[in-house]
Amino acid sequence: MSETTSAEFFATLLMQGFAGISLFSVLLLMALGLAIIFGQMGVINMAHGEFMAIGSYTTYILSVLASEQGWLDIYFPFSLIAAFIVAGVAGYLLEIVLIRHLYQRPLDTLLATWGVSLILQQIFRSVFGAREVSPELPEWIMGSVQPGEGIDIPVNGLFVLGLAGLVTAGVALMMFRSRWGLQVRATSQNRLIAGAVGIDTQQVDRITFALGCGLAGVAGAAFTTIASTGPTSGSLYIVDTFLVVVFGGAASMVGTLASAFTIGQAQSILEFLMTGSMAKVLTLVTVVGLLMMRPEGLFTAKVRR
Amino acid sequence: MEPERGSPQASLSDLFSILQDPKEMLIMSIQCSKKLDQAFRRLLPFSLALLLGTSGTATAASVNTTGLAVTDTTVTVGDLHSATGTMAISEIGSIQAEMLAIDQINAAGGVLGRKIEVIKEDGASDWPTFAEKARKLLVKDKVAAVFGCWTSASRKAVLPVFEKENGLLYYPTFYEGLEQSKNVIYTGQEATQQIIAGLDWMAKEKGAKTFFLIGSDYIWPRTSNKIARKHIENVLKGKVVGEEYYPLGHTNFRTLINKVKAAKPDVIYSIVVGGSNVSWFKQLKAAGITGDKANLLTISTTEDEVKGIGGENVLGFYSAMKYFQSLDNANNKAFVQAFKTKYGADSVIGDVTQAAYLGPWLWKAAVEKAGSFDVDKVAAASPGIELNTAPEGYVKVHPNHHLWSKLRIGKWKKDGQVDVIYESGLIEPNPFPEGYQ
Repeated sequence: MSETTSAEFFATLLMQGFAGISLFSVLLLMALGLAIIFGQMGVINMAHGEFMAIGSYTTYILSVLASEQGWLDIYFPFSLIAAFIVAGVAGYLLEIVLIRHLYQRPLDTLLATWGVSLILQQIFRSVFGAREVSPELPEWIMGSVQPGEGIDIPVNGLFVLGLAGLVTAGVALMMFRSRWGLQVRATSQNRLIAGAVGIDTQQVDRITFALGCGLAGVAGAAFTTIASTGPTSGSLYIVDTFLVVVFGGAASMVGTLASAFTIGQAQSILEFLMTGSMAKVLTLVTVVGLLMMRPEGLFTAKVRR
Repeated sequence: MEPERGSPQASLSDLFSILQDPKEMLIMSIQCSKKLDQAFRRLLPFSLALLLGTSGTATAASVNTTGLAVTDTTVTVGDLHSATGTMAISEIGSIQAEMLAIDQINAAGGVLGRKIEVIKEDGASDWPTFAEKARKLLVKDKVAAVFGCWTSASRKAVLPVFEKENGLLYYPTFYEGLEQSKNVIYTGQEATQQIIAGLDWMAKEKGAKTFFLIGSDYIWPRTSNKIARKHIENVLKGKVVGEEYYPLGHTNFRTLINKVKAAKPDVIYSIVVGGSNVSWFKQLKAAGITGDKANLLTISTTEDEVKGIGGENVLGFYSAMKYFQSLDNANNKAFVQAFKTKYGADSVIGDVTQAAYLGPWLWKAAVEKAGSFDVDKVAAASPGIELNTAPEGYVKVHPNHHLWSKLRIGKWKKDGQVDVIYESGLIEPNPFPEGYQ
């Protein structure tokens, strides 16, 4: 084994820093949709992972169509939009059919959405088969940029990072600068009064739920650059997603951001210093410890209950 | 009291209703015939077998003294894999291969003149379900043999059932070794067959001295890496510069890749399993670790996985196993063509699929050698069974119920197939290697 030079050490440090940031962006993208639904509506959506899978499968279908038409280089950004629409519409319908009957019954929504997740998994299995699929991706997204000797920054990591930033900014704008956001916040603070001043609270619920599911779809589409998609892929994501949302504080967007960053960095720094499994254990122990001290999570929203 | 007067009346009316109801009659007569059949079965071995000797016109009873599901024209076997759940990805190929072999055997006249009938059970990727279905196949269906299981966990779950009920299992997957049972024939390679020759080749061809061991976190990768580490340190006099495990389904390997880069091993030795493969190889490529710059040897990535990973992401990496779809021999060409005709031109065949295909053929050969379907006799006849028609070439059953087989090293191409660049001689199976535990 040759000696590690200081330049190589610097390169490793840089790439490792990027690994942490890219894990942060993955976690953030996964958690945003859930944070909106959980935080603003109090609904625990166990089918969140399956809505991600809807996004992934949408991308897969589009990639098959695109490769037939020879549009492989350009289809990917459109597939993100398509994933948002498909997952969003599915969420909208789910809200009408099921969720709206279960408000104020958090345990029932938990069970019901879990049932939905099982049904969706079986649908994926019947339609796409049990084999995991992965869409054919444009060449430009799979390579790496090399700002210096021995430094490789993966393009798909940059892409997910950029997307997470964009989506977060978009959601923040909608929540805090738009009329609709005002209505959402009003409804979550006091449904009765919000209704009394003329806000269609049912419509607000429906759109909020659809938005959360749509964001899950975008996350799913983006993850096709990182991982393959199978019928049960969603259940792999759901635990990390809940961890981020609960740790950050259910009703707080800033909390979700901070928690994704903390968990992402902690996990990847620890992982570099010890084995992967030990890093996971330490991260989880830290999170559990902090939650015991602050049951509301890192940030608590000032909501009148 | 009512019952005393009522009961004879009731039984009489029961009898009348039975006589009036054709369905009940049928059930009664079946029950009677079963009783008669059982009586005959007890008598037949003594009477008929004596009369007929061991001539070709063997009756069911003479080739089956233990009450298996064998008639004069059919023999029933079981097929026990995960058709649903997370393992279905891998196990469906094995089911297909076993069905193909059974169809071919039937088309050629069956086993001891009997057509094979199959009862398919779904283990559903759940180990207790595997045990329950195994018991059902052996106790209720009385199958003569079972082709099945994929993961070591499912095999460990059914093993006590097969040993208690005296069944016969043909297990197709390459696995960690450290097991041997009268009731199991292992048609895949045990760990030493797959690992040692591959490492030797890397050391000789590439002058490799330092190795980074990576695996999914369960028994097979951990045991295999243990054997690999012993071989690297004690025999090759090389050095293991890292050993890391990640849970099944893990998708973020960036930190691991940075660790590998910092350690600068001559060889990355990878036993990543299942869906994680896709993330692992995609992220390796994105980090600039590609086949032209680094040596990566894997014992877990077959054509099946590469179909999902994409050939361009494994280009130039090496796999070590006993079978590749692109093997150039007449047996394999016929096998690949038959498989594609039955299951579609875009289907791929990995190592385990081929090993599963061997199961029914090895069983047929052993049954015919024993002249009986009895599990004890078939198990006793199995050692020494040779197969010249195997797609992988010649195989032979060792007294320890594993197969003698070769190891090949394939270099991945962009189309998801390999160039076979190395082939060892026949390697003796050694499930309990001394000095490696």
